[in-house]
Amino acid sequence: MKAVVVVFPGSNRERDVGRALREITGHEPHYAWHADPVLPAGADLVVLPGGFSYGDYLRCGAIAGRAAIMDAVRGHAARGGLVLGICNGFQILVESGLLPGVLMRNAGLKFACRMQHLRVERADTAFTRRYAAGQVIEVCIAHGEGNYVADDATIARLEGDGLVAFRYCDADGVVGGAANPNGSINAIAGIYSSGRTILGMMPHPENLIDALVGGTDGRGLFESLAA
Amino acid sequence: MKARVIVTLKTGVLDPQGKAIEGALRSLGIEGIDSVRQGKVFEVELAGTDRASAEAALKTACDRLLANTVIENWRIEFA
Repeated sequence: MKAVVVVFPGSNRERDVGRALREITGHEPHYAWHADPVLPAGADLVVLPGGFSYGDYLRCGAIAGRAAIMDAVRGHAARGGLVLGICNGFQILVESGLLPGVLMRNAGLKFACRMQHLRVERADTAFTRRYAAGQVIEVCIAHGEGNYVADDATIARLEGDGLVAFRYCDADGVVGGAANPNGSINAIAGIYSSGRTILGMMPHPENLIDALVGGTDGRGLFESLAA
Repeated sequence: MKARVIVTLKTGVLDPQGKAIEGALRSLGIEGIDSVRQGKVFEVELAGTDRASAEAALKTACDRLLANTVIENWRIEFA
């Protein structure tokens, strides 16, 4: 597993995800700078980390989504390479057009920083094969703009084609109501591309890999990538 | 040449920020406001004097960066 973590000005979770990759896949990831025109050769996985790229100016992820390296990320994705966007990385994926829809201001207007249960929608993807379908995991969220919105046709396609990766839920796996922290349509917390090789998600699995620090429910995602 | 680009949310897109501003205006006691939707204004200075090419450049700027056309509309006004 050769992973590349792309660092933008204002990224701040690149070391967290780098540590998760190193500890769980056994390989230190490469770090690429946003202005690089190419990715390191032989990358299997490109990670767009969380943070506040370009200070969230214009729209979250808008400027990073048009950075020089994103053409290389598009090429990698077009070749079937894996792409994981977490939090700001998810915002960058939708702004760059690699995933559909948009992440709006949280419906409650507050920055949501808390532990959050998620339901794993399917366990037959490169990102989730070490989980079980329907499994409830507890990770954390930390975002102000995570309210997933798309037009009706896009939502119907995501649901119909099984492209919803995670939904916000309560500890029992029940979706809806107060378990939805930001107003996302259908409680969507993460989505796949049509080939399920690109995953964008607002929650932070990379911060739940150590029992000393909150829990280990995020490990499954990195174990899946390493498998 | 100067131009102004105005980016607004499409009809039907929820605008929690606009709602909050609306509530703040109400709490100030300013009456007669039914609803508020917020957007962005970009004031742009253009190098050339040809309006058609300026407009073409601004359209490209709107489609590629200034607006997210999934949720936003844009319009261009010349000073």
